Amino acid sequence: MLSELLQFLFSGLTVGAMYALAAVGFSLIYSASGVINFAQGEFIMLGGMSAALLVQAGVPLPLAITLAILVAVVAGLIVEKLAIEPAGNAEVVTLVIITIGASLTLRGLVEVFLGKGNHALPAFSGEEPIAILGATLMPQSLWVMGVTLVVVVALALFFGRTTLGKAVLATSCNKLAAQLVGVNTRFVLLLAFGLSAALGAVGGILVAPMTYTSYDAGIMMGLKGFVAAALGGLGSGVGAIVGGLLLGIVEAMTAGYISSAYKDAMPFVLILLILFFLPQGIFGKKTTDRV
Amino acid sequence: MKPTTRGFLFLAFVLAVLPLALPNAYYYDLAIRMAINATIAVGLNLLVGYTGQISLGHAGFFGIGAYASAILTSRYGLPSALAMGLGAAATAALAFVVARPILKLKGNYLAMATLGLGIILSMVIVNETEFTGGPDGMPVDAFSLFGLQIAGEQAWYGVVAVLLLFVTRGALNLIDAPAGRALQAIHGSEVAARVAGIDVPSFKVRVFVLSAVIASVMGSVTAHYVGFLTPGVAGFFHSIELITMVVLGGMASVFGSILGAVVLTLLPQLLSAFEGWETVIFGLILMLTMIFLPRGIVPTLRLKFAGRAA
Repeated sequence: MLSELLQFLFSGLTVGAMYALAAVGFSLIYSASGVINFAQGEFIMLGGMSAALLVQAGVPLPLAITLAILVAVVAGLIVEKLAIEPAGNAEVVTLVIITIGASLTLRGLVEVFLGKGNHALPAFSGEEPIAILGATLMPQSLWVMGVTLVVVVALALFFGRTTLGKAVLATSCNKLAAQLVGVNTRFVLLLAFGLSAALGAVGGILVAPMTYTSYDAGIMMGLKGFVAAALGGLGSGVGAIVGGLLLGIVEAMTAGYISSAYKDAMPFVLILLILFFLPQGIFGKKTTDRV
Repeated sequence: MKPTTRGFLFLAFVLAVLPLALPNAYYYDLAIRMAINATIAVGLNLLVGYTGQISLGHAGFFGIGAYASAILTSRYGLPSALAMGLGAAATAALAFVVARPILKLKGNYLAMATLGLGIILSMVIVNETEFTGGPDGMPVDAFSLFGLQIAGEQAWYGVVAVLLLFVTRGALNLIDAPAGRALQAIHGSEVAARVAGIDVPSFKVRVFVLSAVIASVMGSVTAHYVGFLTPGVAGFFHSIELITMVVLGGMASVFGSILGAVVLTLLPQLLSAFEGWETVIFGLILMLTMIFLPRGIVPTLRLKFAGRAA
């Protein structure tokens, strides 16, 4: 009984940690620009795919991981520079469609150049499961949760302690005011895209040893990251993390106790309920887009 | 004559003479798919373009119509017209129930909610294997009315051409009527619309239900015409295709939607030579249109010519 619950909890927290990384990425871009980046999932896919293929090509794991993150960051910067910036202060519908276009383009390019096959990454430190109170935990899960924790702490320090981090916060608070005090908001936007691409890629790489990755894996992951972000409250960093973990756990519990066929539907049921009854999310600002 | 009447007559003329120029079944098939997509796009444009309410889940409604027809005729032996009607009624009921809470949301939140709804619908279709055949899909019986079967490309071309003309005329009439003015006022400013005495929520719900039912009926038509259904018809990507037709052709332009549907239905045919590049080019078109022609093709051209005339 308890061991079963614990087992679901472990798997939920593992996937949830990756959703959390994706959700922080969403929040970052949303704060800096008011854009929901539908291409976020492609950064996750791009990270996992590049790392897997580099390792297959014989590149040592640490170098492959670094390069894979770089690939995603470059993709993120290009999307911002070539698609988001030229659109200027367009309507929300326009921006949503632009990021969907960017996501299709990235996915298509990966399909053309890297193929349609499934790829996996070797586990970072072996496949020997660890037994805890009757449940088992894969070492890779520890990696996922550990790295997520480190990234979250690093981000907190970045926003709290550095001038650049505060510039991002200022931009998300009030763009015009930030410009007036000398913040280069264009650079902040670029930074937000680069950072969120890196966060997505890290998530994608961490889970690549546990789930196969392929050119079309980005849609679902992106959508779930997005649900996690909305669950916690768009634009809230803490919310994104709580939302991600919560979503992972709900999904694992649904798969375990209700129906594994519908575990992927659960996030979307959740998002509808949240939007209907608590549109600002759990930790969101009270100013909402409701009429 | 009003420009829209001229446009409508032109459309009717094109649809009437097109069969003379269609050499074989392949081109008929293409024309039928164009007309089906155009009809859905015109309906969706009433919601997205005129009223300003985005929907990223319309393929879900299309899927309800398609699978209602397929399941009720093939598994339960209902007459196809009745099945289509029941599918439309179910879509209307669902759209009516979810419309009020969903349409309270705006912008990004509305995009998310409609996307979520669409994905839930498509997952139900994938998972209810017993009824829908799951990922493998299911065959659909032919459409028959009063013992008369509609079969073959030419017959279906006639049906979808009439449906397209009917929906186009209806949409053109609607946007010129007080109700259409109300919808456009909502797009402009909901607060102003409300101050002017428009029952904003009720108008939004009605246009949402209308566009969903059009998608559902065209789903039924597609199911009978193609004869085989797979869950992809209700998927996220199909929703994106539909919204792209509206956006590419032109928001708030009935004829723009038709043009967008024609272009985007042709596109995969033209791109099949560049295997694997379809998705890339599709994505690039989305981005480039939004960056350089944010109003879409038809309204941009119209502005250009109007500017020259003045």
